[in-house]
Amino acid sequence: MLQFSFWDILSNLLIATQWTIVLSLIAFVCGGIVGLALLFMRTSRIPALEWFTKVYIEFFQGTPLLMQLFLFFFGIALFGVEVSPWTAATLALTFWTSAFLTEIWRGCVESIPKGQWEASSSLALSYIEQMRYVILPQASRIAVAPTVGFSVQVIKGTALASIIGFVELTKAGTMLNNATFRPFLVYSLVALIYFCLCFPLSWWAKKIEGRLNVAR
Amino acid sequence: MSYKLQFAELLPYWNVLLQGLIFTIVLTVVSTVAGIAVGTAGASARTFGPVWLGRVVAVYVELIRNTPFIVQLFFIFFGLPALGLKLSETTAAFLAMVINLGAYSTEIIRAGIEAVPKGHIEAGLSLAMTKWEVLRRIVLNQAFRKIYPALSSQIIIVMLGSAVVSQISAEDLTYAANFVASRNFRNFEVYLLAALAYLVLAMLTRSLLRALGRVIFKAR
Repeated sequence: MLQFSFWDILSNLLIATQWTIVLSLIAFVCGGIVGLALLFMRTSRIPALEWFTKVYIEFFQGTPLLMQLFLFFFGIALFGVEVSPWTAATLALTFWTSAFLTEIWRGCVESIPKGQWEASSSLALSYIEQMRYVILPQASRIAVAPTVGFSVQVIKGTALASIIGFVELTKAGTMLNNATFRPFLVYSLVALIYFCLCFPLSWWAKKIEGRLNVAR
Repeated sequence: MSYKLQFAELLPYWNVLLQGLIFTIVLTVVSTVAGIAVGTAGASARTFGPVWLGRVVAVYVELIRNTPFIVQLFFIFFGLPALGLKLSETTAAFLAMVINLGAYSTEIIRAGIEAVPKGHIEAGLSLAMTKWEVLRRIVLNQAFRKIYPALSSQIIIVMLGSAVVSQISAEDLTYAANFVASRNFRNFEVYLLAALAYLVLAMLTRSLLRALGRVIFKAR
């Protein structure tokens, strides 16, 4: 019978951690891109676009991420397309991330004084130019801390991808537990690895936030 | 799309889904009340308690905030029995929820406590109020007023996060949806219905908490 030593368990978990990191990065980057597009729509003052983003955000913030994963996993399959857990997880996490990032960034954009909008529009800048050259450079400074803070939520969110069968850290933990029957050890290690991934980010976010408060 | 959605096939299972919904609501309400109690105690201990206790609370908060809820749940449900502490799936679900919300609300309430001006505490003490009276009537009273919105959104986040307890077969709404899907294979329909139920629940909770806040924190 195959025996698992402590190092076997740890090394297997670390291999799976790579997938947690890859999935987190993809979700965060793609979510950021979609989120930026949504941000432009949300602040465009075109009623139809604003209404769409409102409904979008309401849905992705108001339903469990787990449900979104299920809906993507089983929903795309209805079109007769084979869906891998990998595709479903990437899509669901991307849309979920984008909804939260849009709301975070909208708050930052709205905290820019109205005079900046008025001044830039009186200089005949178009909406896109206003955002690009005046508003976003200022808003992005405030946005760094909450965005880094949210990246922790993304890493923790990827743990749910294990439920639809994506093998990342949590799923590897479950599989190793089934093989070794040492749940206490396995889940302690899993929690510890997540902590090592997330804590530096939390700490960094707090530090940036503190620095921003001093500047004012 | 050649597939036609068939919501009618969910009808025979309405009571299963309703029971799941009720379990989710009860789980949320109980863990909200208990979690805020834990959070209040934790935040008070961290700001006014001895240094060692503050450190213990800080470690608890950071450990919970930087690990996924599902791992906490698995640790409690699968890991603790190895130490001799066996819990039913319902107990484990409640416990995990309370521990999770407790950590987040500790951090939120602590922010509120720290925003209370020192002069208010000194004024209270100089009026011969006891420490407990100052804590309750001056510090926590003002702190909760300030952090109520943040706490409300955390409650909703935890309510949505509770979908995960289905994974240790605690019989919540998601568990009921999984059960129905395994019976009639209408996966998409049942998950869409459950997702909408969660959405309505989240919106109702938000307006309920807002109304409650207006009653509790009436402008004086």
